[in-house]
Amino acid sequence: MNINIDTGADTLRNAAPAIEWPKDELTRIPYWIYQNPEILALEQQRIYEGLVWNFLCLEAELKEPGDYRATFVGSMPVVVARDFDDEIYAFENRCAHRGALIVLDSGGKARDFTCVYHAWNYDLKGNLKAVAFEDGVNGRGGMPKSFCRSEHGPRKLRIATFHGLVFGSLSDDVPPIEEYFGEEIAARIARVLRKPLVVTGRTTQVLPNNWKLYFENVKDTYHASLLHTFFTTFRINRLSQKGGMVVDPSGGNHASFSYTDKDAPQDDYAAMGIRSEIEGLTLKDKSLLKCVDEFGDGGNMQILTVFPNFVLQQIQNTLAVRQILPKGLHQTALNWTTFGFDDDTPEMKRLRLQQNNLAGPAGYVSMEDGAVGGFVQRGITAAGSEGAVVQMGGSGTTNEGTRATEAAIRGFWKRYRGLMNI
Amino acid sequence: MNVITLDRIMAVQAAYIRCIDSGALESWPEFFTDDCLYKVTTAENERNGFEAGIVYADSRGMLADRILALREANVYEQQRYRHIVGLPSIIKQSTADTECETPFFVLRIMHDGQTDIFATGVYVDTLRQVGSDLKFSRKLAVCDSSRIDTLLAIPL
Repeated sequence: MNINIDTGADTLRNAAPAIEWPKDELTRIPYWIYQNPEILALEQQRIYEGLVWNFLCLEAELKEPGDYRATFVGSMPVVVARDFDDEIYAFENRCAHRGALIVLDSGGKARDFTCVYHAWNYDLKGNLKAVAFEDGVNGRGGMPKSFCRSEHGPRKLRIATFHGLVFGSLSDDVPPIEEYFGEEIAARIARVLRKPLVVTGRTTQVLPNNWKLYFENVKDTYHASLLHTFFTTFRINRLSQKGGMVVDPSGGNHASFSYTDKDAPQDDYAAMGIRSEIEGLTLKDKSLLKCVDEFGDGGNMQILTVFPNFVLQQIQNTLAVRQILPKGLHQTALNWTTFGFDDDTPEMKRLRLQQNNLAGPAGYVSMEDGAVGGFVQRGITAAGSEGAVVQMGGSGTTNEGTRATEAAIRGFWKRYRGLMNI
Repeated sequence: MNVITLDRIMAVQAAYIRCIDSGALESWPEFFTDDCLYKVTTAENERNGFEAGIVYADSRGMLADRILALREANVYEQQRYRHIVGLPSIIKQSTADTECETPFFVLRIMHDGQTDIFATGVYVDTLRQVGSDLKFSRKLAVCDSSRIDTLLAIPL
């Protein structure tokens, strides 16, 4: 550790001393990492504004020139817009004059943007185009002749698009997007996003925990069939199903997946006496459990993450992207965007609407994820000098033939520690 | 045939929220027709024409399944709601159906007593006479906000 971390704990008499975090240690995660305000500030600089690609929005949300969305890079407000040259641009949502938000709503259509405070005007690329009363009034006041508009403007992001996803970066040194994903992750994004998308809904789920606890949860293939009993009961996902997990070489990106396997053993959970197995639970309306093999490979589930803020979800035929944004130390906004494809038949549209019940804030197989991070955050309140055990499957961060592993979580911490220099 | 009057609509709304808030969730599907559509969505999604719901059920069987999942499969901290509904407005009335809108306000009370405003919005309902009862053939709970705190377990 080469920064001075005040864990809060060592300012109290009789409190246990802050634990050191030995370099390269990925199987123990100190709890102060979820609690320390300095960490949050550093994450903004070293992660979100650092050598990463942040997911911003879908191209389907910026179909025509003038379409824009307001979003965030970590805590930095950002505007993403399609300009009249048909290219996508993004810039900090902060007026170059006094720092006010330039865009106040969450999205829409505009020819240009004008800050409401003093009417400074920007084009869709974020260039400062006009300063109100720049020449003053009746020859008095106004900006000095030396003021050059092109030298003032909000910070601009680099943009990369991949199969309808829009990513932005504040770094000039971040690798090209496909290299950033890693070959296998890029292929698994392309597997799902192979046609033009149609957005079917948006929701924000407000999570009562640090953003990292949610990101770890998505990468946690070990918990899926233990916490989420809906899955196991209807045999949508069991650890014994055919499936696996890949982690990219950086550690930050992963995909876990399963295939329909009718030959999988049927008694593994029952034998272990785990809560998940519930005898005789049947649904009245089974349309939810129908799965059309739309990708042609038998894959009934694929959960994929890209560091630091992106999740792509295929649970049967319910498709969504999730954007993970920190809202302070103890709160996270999880922005869900559900979608289908532009050539979906009415039957497929209906199936997706029905299967959306599986995911989202009220999702049969995901509602628990909204709460479990809060259970950790509350549980560790007085344990800043202790740490979590992340040892399932050993200490590695590489691909595993099983999902009974925490390799993707260790991959997350490998990537995180590298960028944070912690 | 009985006319669907405002007092009958108010009575069914009162019975509906009483059913949820008293925890008698097994009876909740009985407020709907067999071929009902029940959806929890947001004003923003409605404005954009986005069809997906946070909860989406297009049969009464799916409503029963949601309660079964809540009781048997899903894991969430013990909590309950207190619904307050406002006065219904009748939007359109035909011989078969009555469309009405009723504002709602839902507080969430956690097991430790913490009480929060969980949702506000409007029920956009279509009511149909089935025998001597009024049932929802369509019920959209359109939330004013696009944010859901933590999770939505119990129906609105």
